[in-house]
Amino acid sequence: MSDATSALNGAAYHGYVEVQEAGLRGMITLRGDLASVDIKNVATGLGGVDFPAQGHCNWVEDRGIAWMSPDEVLVMVPHSEVPAALETARNVLSGQHHLAVDVSDARAVFVLRGAGLREVLAKLAPVDMSPEAFPAGHFRRTRLAQVPAAFWLGEDDSAQVICFRSVAQYVFDILSHAARPGGEVGLYR
Amino acid sequence: MSTRLATGGRFLDRNQPRVFTFNGTDLSGFAGDTLASALLANGRSMVGRSFKYHRPRGIVASGAEEPNALVNLGQGAAFEPNQRATTTEIFAGLKAESQNHWPSLEFDIGALNNLVSRFLPAGFYYKTFIHPRAAWKHVFEPIIRHSAGLGRAPKERDADRYEHFYHFTDVLVIGGGVAGLQAARAAAADGGRVLLIEQSAQWGGRAPVDGGQIDGKDPEVWINDALEELEKAPNVTIRRRTMGSGVYDHGYVLGYERIADHTPGDTRPRHRLWRIRAARVITATGAIERPLSFAGNDIPGVMLASAMRDYVVNYAVSPGDRTVVVTNNDDAYRTAIALKNAGLDVPVILDARPQAEGDLPRAARDLGIRIETGRAIARVKGRKSVTGVAICAQAGEGAVLEEIACDAVAMSGGWSPVVHLWSHCGGKLIWDEAGAFFRPDPDRAPISHDGQPFVATAGAASGQMTLAETLKDADSAGKVASRALGLAAGRKGAPKASQPQEGPITPVWMMPQGAGPALRQKMWLDYQNDVKVSDVQLAAREGYESVEHTKRYTTLGMATDQGKLSNINGLAVLSGALQNDIPAVGTTTFRPPYTPISMGAIAGEARGDIFQPIRRTPIHDWHDDNGAEWEPVGQWRRPYTYRRAGESTHDAVMREVKNTRQHLGLLDASTLGKIIVKGPDAGRFLDMIYTNMMSTLKPGRCRYGLMCSENGFLIDDGVVARIDDDTFLCHTTTGGAERIHGHMEEWLQTEWWDWKVYTANITEQLAQIAVVGPNARKILEALGGMDVSADALPFMAWADGQIGGFDARIYRISFSGELSYEVAVPASQGRALWDRLIETGQEFGVMPYGTEALHIMRAEKGFIMIGDETDGTVIPQDLGLNWAISKKKDDYLGKRAQARSHMTDPDRWKLVGLETTDGSVLPDGAYARGSGTNENGQKTVIGRVTSTYYSPTLDKGIAMGLVLNGPDRMGEVINFPALDGSATPARIVSPVFYDPEGEKQNV
Repeated sequence: MSDATSALNGAAYHGYVEVQEAGLRGMITLRGDLASVDIKNVATGLGGVDFPAQGHCNWVEDRGIAWMSPDEVLVMVPHSEVPAALETARNVLSGQHHLAVDVSDARAVFVLRGAGLREVLAKLAPVDMSPEAFPAGHFRRTRLAQVPAAFWLGEDDSAQVICFRSVAQYVFDILSHAARPGGEVGLYR
Repeated sequence: MSTRLATGGRFLDRNQPRVFTFNGTDLSGFAGDTLASALLANGRSMVGRSFKYHRPRGIVASGAEEPNALVNLGQGAAFEPNQRATTTEIFAGLKAESQNHWPSLEFDIGALNNLVSRFLPAGFYYKTFIHPRAAWKHVFEPIIRHSAGLGRAPKERDADRYEHFYHFTDVLVIGGGVAGLQAARAAAADGGRVLLIEQSAQWGGRAPVDGGQIDGKDPEVWINDALEELEKAPNVTIRRRTMGSGVYDHGYVLGYERIADHTPGDTRPRHRLWRIRAARVITATGAIERPLSFAGNDIPGVMLASAMRDYVVNYAVSPGDRTVVVTNNDDAYRTAIALKNAGLDVPVILDARPQAEGDLPRAARDLGIRIETGRAIARVKGRKSVTGVAICAQAGEGAVLEEIACDAVAMSGGWSPVVHLWSHCGGKLIWDEAGAFFRPDPDRAPISHDGQPFVATAGAASGQMTLAETLKDADSAGKVASRALGLAAGRKGAPKASQPQEGPITPVWMMPQGAGPALRQKMWLDYQNDVKVSDVQLAAREGYESVEHTKRYTTLGMATDQGKLSNINGLAVLSGALQNDIPAVGTTTFRPPYTPISMGAIAGEARGDIFQPIRRTPIHDWHDDNGAEWEPVGQWRRPYTYRRAGESTHDAVMREVKNTRQHLGLLDASTLGKIIVKGPDAGRFLDMIYTNMMSTLKPGRCRYGLMCSENGFLIDDGVVARIDDDTFLCHTTTGGAERIHGHMEEWLQTEWWDWKVYTANITEQLAQIAVVGPNARKILEALGGMDVSADALPFMAWADGQIGGFDARIYRISFSGELSYEVAVPASQGRALWDRLIETGQEFGVMPYGTEALHIMRAEKGFIMIGDETDGTVIPQDLGLNWAISKKKDDYLGKRAQARSHMTDPDRWKLVGLETTDGSVLPDGAYARGSGTNENGQKTVIGRVTSTYYSPTLDKGIAMGLVLNGPDRMGEVINFPALDGSATPARIVSPVFYDPEGEKQNV
């Protein structure tokens, strides 16, 4: 199918931190017994990374796995691979109680870049963004101002922020507001 | 008259003059000045008028406690009233105006109140404006409201921006004086994360002005060394211009950072609200000096002694050429010495104590200053400025012994620790006899979730009034905090400090102690709200024994300064009048914020376009471009109707209904909730969630279902599609998606945790478009790719496939009574599908329709709407939905509740259709009259309208309503009275007005 568009078509804001909508990203909500070998195999096979510990996200290029709850992970794959990935999950897990569902289009993803991204997030999320408390690879389901969101930090002064698609414009606007030049707090450098 | 001294001024940069405007006159100050110091430097000691009597008001303090010097600051979109001159740093171009006077500061009509002030005592408003009753609303209240308030309300939208900042720390130290600096050093010594905040632009607090030695160094040197150490420490964050505003449960503290008040227009946010979580809080908030209560203590030129030496030392401002110092303690002698050292004249120090023999009085004597012990001020002379003082014996009634000409008076009634932040979260106080102040009781600290104290005080805030004790106390507070966090506290001892030895204070609550009524009426306690000693005494005579009641009756401490100067003096006077001990009278409650914080800071980023999140469907922009009138549905925006040029809203809705019934309509139904329920127990689970039987639904088929709360009330409805043996997709209402998903998860996680069911809310994954009308099948066939014939896809069936190249799931369901398909595609393809449908639909007469057309069409069919026909008190049986309640099931949520007597009462109002006899539209929410009255004497009502519309299909008003015994009264006419006295008769009919056999949708 052609004509698939992300919520904001890659909109970007160049503040003291760069805010960019990342475009379409394949995401599968996988619920099941996270101790099960099959669940782990499906997740790691599709996500292409190690199975994450509680509160973590493992992420390489455009694949990854985020720990969502004691019975849920988010498996991330390229958007076009989702149907095949769901088919794989269905086949492998056919005998066991689980849920694998496409949530790619229910979401919008933003990438933040820049040394100040920790404090930009700390303006909106009630999260301890100090490097000791929230190192790269930690994953947090929280809120940004008034809407639910989740994010994790990479090793390279970048952060990935996931929110619901319907509020993509709102999240873009509040991130841009927080990243406006002049708003530097000067922490976490 | 006050003026600038030729030399000195710790805070000033004399190379950087700053021109500003006060009441339209250009004045000049220096970088480092506050507005207050700059006004004083320009000889402006009178800066405002009081609230009630419009008395001239001068600058009395040098910091956050200032009650008088409030100004309208800025202009237009940067205007803000009631800004404290003592905490406003000046900048080039600052514009300030004095407040609460007309026509001018110097000549104020309102000052007439002052002449009749003896007729305006405490409680005047309560006593006077009671009769006649009607006069309150129409005469008194408008006049009082007009005269109330100090500054003007801003008229323009605030041009600045604001933000929040979440911060987490082990130890938060509030206050950057020597105590705060030492507490932060001690707390940080072992690696704990420390945040140190200071409300002003300068570190170090009072110590550099008050003198002494710390570790053998001048305080200023020690402060700079300590700062350097803290700045280097990686575990310490320090912020100036950040006030500790409030302390809340579990170590939550609000910090108020004034980033750009002094640099407007430099692209920075104006204020930032720090939302801090601290494991331990240390308040090193210092102390505030108390005024003395003598007649005329409010005349401009009378100032706190400590403020006066602040102005001399920090800002090189002389408060006057000749200053009389009046005191009951040794500390005020520092002011006399500072004035003398600055080359100014101190004609006399009036000390209310019988003797003054400490180091400081001795030093003053050595400087040749005249000291009179046992003496008091009988009254201050002057009106808009001080011209002299009349001296009397403190022990007497005010007989004047001598008059001395002067142009300023420095007063000191002792010091009160700033206990506000300690008290916000429940810290208790004890009365300190020796110091004559309330201080924090360390044994009754604010307690956190773990039962441990989470707030401690340090330095003067603890009641430690000497430099040595202050530093020792602060060092200990820092170490205790560090230890409480499991860190080994540093071994370094507290800095050693030395200072002149001070003699004891003698409490003086009225001066002279035997003052008669005439003098007491001129002794101000609350300068801003004009509360005098006589007012508090009157309140006590009238029976106000509680300090909280007296506060409200007299308005003592209710002004914008929240009684920082007046509180202790007022309750001391009250306790005197009640002949009770001060601790027995107690204090009023200390509440956040410490000083007023801006509304902008509280709102943070939430204003303008990002005031609230708006949820947009994938087709939102098309609606916006095509005349949509928006209707908020939860946080979603849905098109109410699409108005064409020259068309009224009503006409647009009528057109959309007719076109859909006759040709083809499109509805963006993406907002409807979609919840996946999967697992071996999914059917069993949905049998409990819905009143219907869902487990018997066949894959490929749909069923309309009702959900009730455990109390039996209808909470949501929608169509359930069975995807496969294990999987269902439940549609909810637009507003219900998150709520119902949470409802399902709650039951799964708390009650049926052993059932094998997973849910997922996939509402936003799908764009869903309702294709509705006689031409619905034709357009889908034109798109091609799926068999949508009546045989392949019958009513209440669904199918997956590719239609027009889109990955789609098509449901054959109808909320309009027409042939109808709902086509769901991934949200990323939603806009493309909509565009294709609009394009392809042209030959079939396609038009989009909005929520109002949807409502009318469902009402014509008698379909209920959650939120219209239900309001949280309605059960399915009320709505004639018994057919959707399974009789075969043992249980479902709400079943037991629906069996209770009130729920089975035959007199519950039930759903019917209503048809006005004249074809008009019934008012929404109208009640139908019965006969007679109820037990409360109110007219009996027998029903109400729940939905009402003009039906273009039937060309008349139609309505649904809940009516007493309604279904048994078909054909009866009942009356709906309107507010104008008229009544609309309406006939009770079936709620299904259109196509009762369902022939239209089933083709």
